[in-house]
Amino acid sequence: MYITLSDPGAKASASPTPGGARSLSTRVSSTVIAMGVVSMFTDISSESVSAVLPLYITAAMGMSTIAYGFIDGIYQGVSAVVRIGGGWAADRTDQPKWVAFLGYGLSALARVWLLFATGFGALAAVIAADRIGKGIRTAPRDALITASSTPDNLGRSFGVHRMLDTIGAAVGPLLAFVILAVLPQGYSAIFVLSLAFAIIGVLVLGVIVRNGHPAREAGRAPARRLWRLADLRLPGMPRLLVATGALGLITVGDGFIYLVLQSRSSFAAQWFPLLYVGTNVVFLALAIPLGRLADRVGRGRVFLFGHVALLACYLVATVSAGGVAITLACLALLGAFYAATDGVLSALTSQLTPPEGTASGIAATQTVTAVARLLASTGFGVLWFAVGRDGAMWIAAAAAVLAICVALGMLRPMLGARP
Amino acid sequence: MNLKLLSVVVASALVLAGSVAYGGVAFARYRSAQDAPSSAAALHAPGPAAAASGPRIVFRDTAPGQDYGHVASAPLDDPGGTRTVTPLVCDRVYETDAYLSCLQTQAGVVTTYTATLFDSSGGVVKKWGLPGLPSRTRISHDGRLAAFTSFVTGSAYATVGFSTATDVYSIATGHDYGNIEQFALRIDGRVNTAADRNIWGVTFVPGDDDAFFATAATGGHTWLVRGSLGARTLTSVHETAECPSVSPDGTRVAFKVNVSKTATAYWNLAVLDLGTGALTMLPDRRDVDDQVEWLDDSTVLYGLPHAGTPGDYDVWAEAADGTQPPSLLIPHAWSPAVITP
Repeated sequence: MYITLSDPGAKASASPTPGGARSLSTRVSSTVIAMGVVSMFTDISSESVSAVLPLYITAAMGMSTIAYGFIDGIYQGVSAVVRIGGGWAADRTDQPKWVAFLGYGLSALARVWLLFATGFGALAAVIAADRIGKGIRTAPRDALITASSTPDNLGRSFGVHRMLDTIGAAVGPLLAFVILAVLPQGYSAIFVLSLAFAIIGVLVLGVIVRNGHPAREAGRAPARRLWRLADLRLPGMPRLLVATGALGLITVGDGFIYLVLQSRSSFAAQWFPLLYVGTNVVFLALAIPLGRLADRVGRGRVFLFGHVALLACYLVATVSAGGVAITLACLALLGAFYAATDGVLSALTSQLTPPEGTASGIAATQTVTAVARLLASTGFGVLWFAVGRDGAMWIAAAAAVLAICVALGMLRPMLGARP
Repeated sequence: MNLKLLSVVVASALVLAGSVAYGGVAFARYRSAQDAPSSAAALHAPGPAAAASGPRIVFRDTAPGQDYGHVASAPLDDPGGTRTVTPLVCDRVYETDAYLSCLQTQAGVVTTYTATLFDSSGGVVKKWGLPGLPSRTRISHDGRLAAFTSFVTGSAYATVGFSTATDVYSIATGHDYGNIEQFALRIDGRVNTAADRNIWGVTFVPGDDDAFFATAATGGHTWLVRGSLGARTLTSVHETAECPSVSPDGTRVAFKVNVSKTATAYWNLAVLDLGTGALTMLPDRRDVDDQVEWLDDSTVLYGLPHAGTPGDYDVWAEAADGTQPPSLLIPHAWSPAVITP
């Protein structure tokens, strides 16, 4: 909370944030850092549990890995559905903080429940509740970050937030495995610690984070009406939705890429359980630099560049014979892809939406992305089944070229440095 | 420091201290349970070389207490009697009179999984990294071939459902056959190239350096397949069969059959006569999730959870022709391997 992300190279152009807080536009506001800290603690909480969940379900509860696959499916599906609702509620009430609080609070309550969950049904319900919480909070959280930033430092603000978020995602599993190493079968200790971090996240959000009112502070009335399709007809929004949809359809999922690497390289096979750590490290290292780059050269450009990195990852994984360097290159490209797209998409969306519609807009692009990615991974699974691993990868790479061309056409008006 | 921040820092410190205290209590309880004498009568061997010899059943000790998870053995003529416990800890274990295969979870900041092949003096013959949780392992009784299966699992970031990896290694020649999922699979005479195929649970045919049986699965169905290492092929023999185990005389295969009508599997054991094709369902109606081990040509062994204690198992014996009800052979034991001279 005393982190100041000052930057010696930053130009000090003093323009106040929409919230009126005094800060330099090239620095990020304390609200953004506080939100990042909330996300960090929450991610330590959720990822420490996620990391040991396969072990817990199979080793401690004695269920099969098929059951784990089912639970993982719940993970994927649930959050996309409630996301739209969270964004809409945040805009309609003009209280993004408290809508986000509801989401964080629900996930924290799910952690309490986890301590007492026995059996498959209870566990599946706990995970569903946790994911509903995540779905609710994501769009209001990003709207609050937008409201606490200036058009000049939006990319960097999201970069700072995503870096802190990803630190949490990297620390959580490590912490969980340290506990398991010291205390075999120490699942309840992990769940209690996870609950503690969830409570801390909720505390920081409730007490420290400034309660922003994006619409009122911008001198506009909150959208006190039902969500309408017209909300998406903002200039640029249909184009952005088509572009994110097309690009989402070629994002087949890390799991498949790791499986391809694992089948090609003994190095990747041996370190299979840890490949995601490599991706996360690159993601958190590049989140701020690429966010700043997005502020400078245009968010649309960096967003597209991220998908070019993903395409490169597909090609590297498919063409080459395998080996340590290939695995590491793939993880680096995958990390760069996330750093160039995750926060940048929210920044890109918020520059197209008015303050009273930011959360809904972000929810719309994120939902389109999530649904398209779900279709992509399902479709890729069918392709893998039908034409084999290499054939499926080639088709994915070809589709990626096509999708990037479509997105390039769609995003053309947004590719300038100052859109 | 402003008051809000101070209150959050203090409250956070209290919450964290509470969870650390909980962890401390859990750790203390774990240590005392660890140091508690095992609930099963046991002798302790200082090393693998000093472990028991002669006809015996080797297993993973699951008795709560200090011996939990250790490789142990009991004499063949008194399986439920005093066990000899070794220092070695494994998740899955198989042993013949020449070699021991041990699948382990290496818990740590970076949790990894390994398969290690030891010789009878405890020396490491070869070690492999596994892509996920250990599942099955077998060594041929002539000590020439070894196989191990693990699940392919990662974190929540890297899960695409159920997947296995099964490797076969020739101890005799030092040749690693790699993941036998790459072998050509024929189901009912047709070549199957489905990408979702999984192969697991290898059992070697006695006295044959080339032949083995395993489970093949694709599209929600399972098959007993006969494999050839030389030809790198897998050929279906019988549908709906998992985790096969060939009898010592090589005439029958025991496996588990999914008898569930729902999506959740429920397994009972069956024995297939390879000569006549006759299938005998064994009378035990409990849910058996284990790869059978043959005690002799007429008796099969398998593990079942010990009621009321998670993580504890018992080894049961049952007549292979289904004429006798199951009986408890070794309490607090799992993953049995029969060693006869």
